[in-house]
Amino acid sequence: MTGRPSPLRLLRIQTVYQSKLFWRNPVSAFFTLAFPVMIFVVFSLVFGNERIPYLDITIAQYYAPSLAVFAAVSATYTNLAITTSYQRDLGILKRIRGTPLPAWIYMGGKIVSATYIALIGIVIMVGVGVAFYGLNLYGRTLPAAILTFLVGSFTFSALGLFISAVAPSGQAATAVANATLLPLAFFSGIFIVPAEDSPTWLRLVGDVFPLKHFNDAFFAAFDPQRTDAAFEWGHLAYMVLWGVIAAALAIRWFTWEPTAAGSTTRRRRASRVSA
Amino acid sequence: MAAIEVRGLVKRYGELQAVAGIDLTVLEGEVFALLGPNGAGKTTTVEILEGYRERTSGDVSVLGYDPGDAPREFRERIGIVLQETSVEQELTVAEALDIYGAIYPRRRATGELIELVGLTDKRDERVKTLSGGQRRRLELALGIVGDPDLIFLDEPTTGFDPSARRQAWTVIENLRSLGKTILLTTHYMDEAQHLSDRVAVIARGHIIAAGSPETIGGRADAKTMIRFKVAGVALDSLPLVPVRIDEGYVEIESGDPTRDLYTLTRWAMDNEIQLEDLVVNRPSLEDIYLQLTDDEVTA
Repeated sequence: MTGRPSPLRLLRIQTVYQSKLFWRNPVSAFFTLAFPVMIFVVFSLVFGNERIPYLDITIAQYYAPSLAVFAAVSATYTNLAITTSYQRDLGILKRIRGTPLPAWIYMGGKIVSATYIALIGIVIMVGVGVAFYGLNLYGRTLPAAILTFLVGSFTFSALGLFISAVAPSGQAATAVANATLLPLAFFSGIFIVPAEDSPTWLRLVGDVFPLKHFNDAFFAAFDPQRTDAAFEWGHLAYMVLWGVIAAALAIRWFTWEPTAAGSTTRRRRASRVSA
Repeated sequence: MAAIEVRGLVKRYGELQAVAGIDLTVLEGEVFALLGPNGAGKTTTVEILEGYRERTSGDVSVLGYDPGDAPREFRERIGIVLQETSVEQELTVAEALDIYGAIYPRRRATGELIELVGLTDKRDERVKTLSGGQRRRLELALGIVGDPDLIFLDEPTTGFDPSARRQAWTVIENLRSLGKTILLTTHYMDEAQHLSDRVAVIARGHIIAAGSPETIGGRADAKTMIRFKVAGVALDSLPLVPVRIDEGYVEIESGDPTRDLYTLTRWAMDNEIQLEDLVVNRPSLEDIYLQLTDDEVTA
């Protein structure tokens, strides 16, 4: 008899465990952490480190925070959508459901772990920018950058879990996560610096979804023209709204048991084992 | 004291009635086996008791809790070993037991469990490197990591080789000697016979027979079958009347096997006749089960 473990202790164990799983899957670790850095290096090679005329900043000063946001969204949104759906297919969620672990602690462990990985992604990107591309950091905007990061991680974790709640299988979740994030990254100014005269519809698509707001709010902390603390309350509030709605729908629709569509993953895995 | 008490349990999926009014009592410390063909309502019943599924109607009490609410206290006292669950492939055996064990207020030591299910040399191997049978043994260990009072075992030895199965049986017998209650489903009648105190047979959402493995379905009263082959003997000279003659094999049903065997062997000795392949058999649990479920299907 050791008594019931405290929620904090359980949350810590679950977080460590989810992080461990992330690092033991080299493919997802590569796409989450190394891929954005590669894009950054390629962009810098292609465009040089010139100044973007109408924004009057260097390429690196724009792309380092943008691709840091991309890394954070990969670590939270894509990562949680895919792994959670595969865990359902494999019956791992069903096993968890049969234990006394409260659902919120299990999900909390996933979100905290994803946020921690997102932070690593951001630190790597910003570190590469500072070390090799003359990226400037501003101490006065650090609190805004941290707050934006936390709000963004929450929103995109909630969206990832929402995708896993509605996707019938791990394969479907993978397709949905990639097919939403990649186009949206173009519309939201992550891969392409928005042109001064970009068409209205493009701007509208960007404005509706939360990614552009994350990108704009985070960029504000790296904007050399700013002189204030760079808190973008409007963008932050809009992200929180998306996050709360996504979380509510995820909770409403989440299932723990394998679906008929998802069970083929398990069967395939099982037959490979017995073969 | 009853560990599980079920009265009038019904589960409907739309038009389909998967469980059609089941009464069931499993006593504390008992090993109870639920038998039945696939699709008979076995899994649905067990999953309602485990708190995975909501019932349509009926009264259900498991360890004094309503599993429909599945409170945390209830989950802390039960252990579940299912067919369709699994554990992360990238964890090692010891890590999986540590992580799942940490959830419970009472827990069994990882080393002890690994030894108990015979995975000592796999302790630090990733789950993905284990064979199917080894994974099932890990599932069994995970099912009892919280030192549960009531354990649900869904076909615990499917896919095991004979020695692994014997080992699993020993684990289950040990749990029983610790006073744990076990609800078992299995397709192996020898397993049900070997492990369980009582069995129930489910077909089409009903319990069609229940009792001890020795007496279920009138097994205790069933006649003994004596079977042998004789060559070059006129069968009407037999001292007893056969019920069946099949390819030279003679089958005799006996309500008094001691006397009938004596009659038969004395006749054989007197006439210098060999009773080849002589077998004396009582219907096995499997015979009874097949008879019960066959009746149900053809009914």
